[in-house]
Amino acid sequence: MTLTAPTRTPGTSARPRRALRVGPVSGAYRLRPLAVPLAVLAALVLACAVSLGRGDFPISVPEVLGALVGAGDDTQRFIVTELRAPRIVVGLLVGLALGVSGALIQTFARNPLASPDILGVTGGAAVGAVALIVLGGAGGAGAVLGGFGTPAAALLGALAAAALIFGLAWRKGIDGYRLVLVGVGLSAFAQALVNYLLTRSEITDAAAANVWISGSLHGRGWGQALPLALALLVLFPAALALTRVLGVLQFGDETARGLGIRVPLAQGTVVLVAVGLAAFAVAAAGPIQFVALVVPQIAVRLTGGSRPPLVASALLGALLLVLSDLVARTAFPETFPVGVVTAVVGAPYLLWLLVRGRRRSTL
Amino acid sequence: MAQRTATRPVQTADQPRRGLLRGGLSRTGGLWLLVLLVLAACALSTAVGTRSIGLGTVWQALTDSSLPGDDAIIVRELRVPRTLLGLLAGAALGISGALMQGHTRNPLGDPGLLGVTAGAAFAVVLAISLLGITSPSGYVWFAFAGALLGSVAVFAIGGSGRGGATPVSLALAGAALTALLFALVQALTIREQTTLDAFRFWIVGALAGRDLSIATQVAPFIVLGVVLAVVNAPALNTLSLGEDVARGLGQRIWLARATGLAATTLLTGAATAACGPIAFVGLVVPHVARAITGPDHRWLVPYAGLLGAVSLLVADVLGRVVARPGELQVGIVLAVVGTPFFVALVRRRRLAQL
Repeated sequence: MTLTAPTRTPGTSARPRRALRVGPVSGAYRLRPLAVPLAVLAALVLACAVSLGRGDFPISVPEVLGALVGAGDDTQRFIVTELRAPRIVVGLLVGLALGVSGALIQTFARNPLASPDILGVTGGAAVGAVALIVLGGAGGAGAVLGGFGTPAAALLGALAAAALIFGLAWRKGIDGYRLVLVGVGLSAFAQALVNYLLTRSEITDAAAANVWISGSLHGRGWGQALPLALALLVLFPAALALTRVLGVLQFGDETARGLGIRVPLAQGTVVLVAVGLAAFAVAAAGPIQFVALVVPQIAVRLTGGSRPPLVASALLGALLLVLSDLVARTAFPETFPVGVVTAVVGAPYLLWLLVRGRRRSTL
Repeated sequence: MAQRTATRPVQTADQPRRGLLRGGLSRTGGLWLLVLLVLAACALSTAVGTRSIGLGTVWQALTDSSLPGDDAIIVRELRVPRTLLGLLAGAALGISGALMQGHTRNPLGDPGLLGVTAGAAFAVVLAISLLGITSPSGYVWFAFAGALLGSVAVFAIGGSGRGGATPVSLALAGAALTALLFALVQALTIREQTTLDAFRFWIVGALAGRDLSIATQVAPFIVLGVVLAVVNAPALNTLSLGEDVARGLGQRIWLARATGLAATTLLTGAATAACGPIAFVGLVVPHVARAITGPDHRWLVPYAGLLGAVSLLVADVLGRVVARPGELQVGIVLAVVGTPFFVALVRRRRLAQL
């Protein structure tokens, strides 16, 4: 009974299935898909506790836990619950949403290189938000980031871009490659628009917009966490409900049709849920690059399944984002937006994937 | 990418084999027509702007260097350098696009999407941030070096996977490298507002605000690139028969590939260094040229060059007209025009097999 069989050929189940029998009920399960999410969850809790403690005013992990349940002195309680906790919760939720969104899109496109950033959803969000910051103009960085308007504009932009990409890539169903290439084209266009808007603005507005488009958790609070949490509450169960359909879609359109799936409808639903999650995540924290791309691929390697697992991807996304935010806040003398950290980590990974050439074989 | 193309049939059945113009005579005629169009675009570019100047005055200002008055100064100091630069950059981008699409057999081969822009942008931001350079003429050499490195990196990465350099792997390698380099650009521009202030006007891609010295700085590289491209064209025709056939016909494959890559990087790098990133000319123009001439690169290269010059100049004039009294940068105008074209290409059937 080994978990890593040395010669694993696709199609044969080298992963051992264990039997669970409780009275008359029995079922088969595999160990790793269960153990990995639990381990990631434990790491996530630890990362959150550490992140709550680190910063300009260091607080030890036991004191953090004390402050969360109401013990400790006022300063510590204020810093933990009012300053750091909201930001970390937003990061956590954004990571969850991006992880699930990436897993859905990669499974659907049967392409480990597909993700909301490559598809231009985040580009659309950037156009929306920057347009508001620049044209709406009035406020400086504080007013813009704290306000309600930017997330709404970003959400609108993301959804519009998604509709456009979906419509343009549609030709009797959606081909994964066409979707990716249309996305690349529209991303370039969105980038041009953002660049143009940046030249049309005051330099202070341009600087605020520049921070927003790199994806930052700075100054995020419960106001951003709430809409995202509501969206997750609806869309995450929807994603889980799609698991079976996703598994069938993986066999290709014809087989899926033969198995009784209405393919265009299923494709549409999957993309809708994935794009919805990505759009709300972008609205909350700006376009944080590469989380949705990298996380499902790590998750699939950890769990050893045939496609990115949804729950493990979600938890890993949250873990990656919380850790990146911790690095962005504390590792350098000045703070960087978290999106810069994730891009610097994620882009080399994408390039490595390309060099390995596992594009067709992984999914 | 080498092995892959070698096994490919010469042309797929549904590909258009011929262009609009057939036979040497009509193609030569078409070329002269294009030269006339280029001259007309130049005239338009010197005359139209925030301040319209009659063609007669333009002519006087050009021929009589002692002519006084604001109009003469505008023509000599602003419009002429700008037009010259548009001419050079447009021709360079059109030709490099034609070469790149021919060498990679990739209909989406736009050098601007394949790492040139990102490399140049990163180098320019370094120049602004570390050395405090803030004028376009100061950026030129940095942008040039960055563009060369960026495009070589994308080809090395995109071509090293299992399937070789396919349209998808090149586009994605370009996208990934772009994301990485722009993240670093963000890190630098967020730290310093002054860097952002200089950088944001470079990144849109414009012909405005460049004096004559920039055109003369990059002109030798563009001329060298054009010469290499012209030399490369017959070899490219042989190569399109497949590498095995080309080798059998006595073609030195590596020499032809190296010449082509050198020409594209010189041309795109020089154009990007001079004007900032201008996407979509190198993508769209070769397709239009191919529709006119058919797949013969000896005709395709000059057509793409002239068409590129015309489209860049016309787009620049358009940018001056639509946003009066301000202007829309030429890079933006071209993105607006070019994106629908890109999407239409992607939607064509059998794209992945081209």
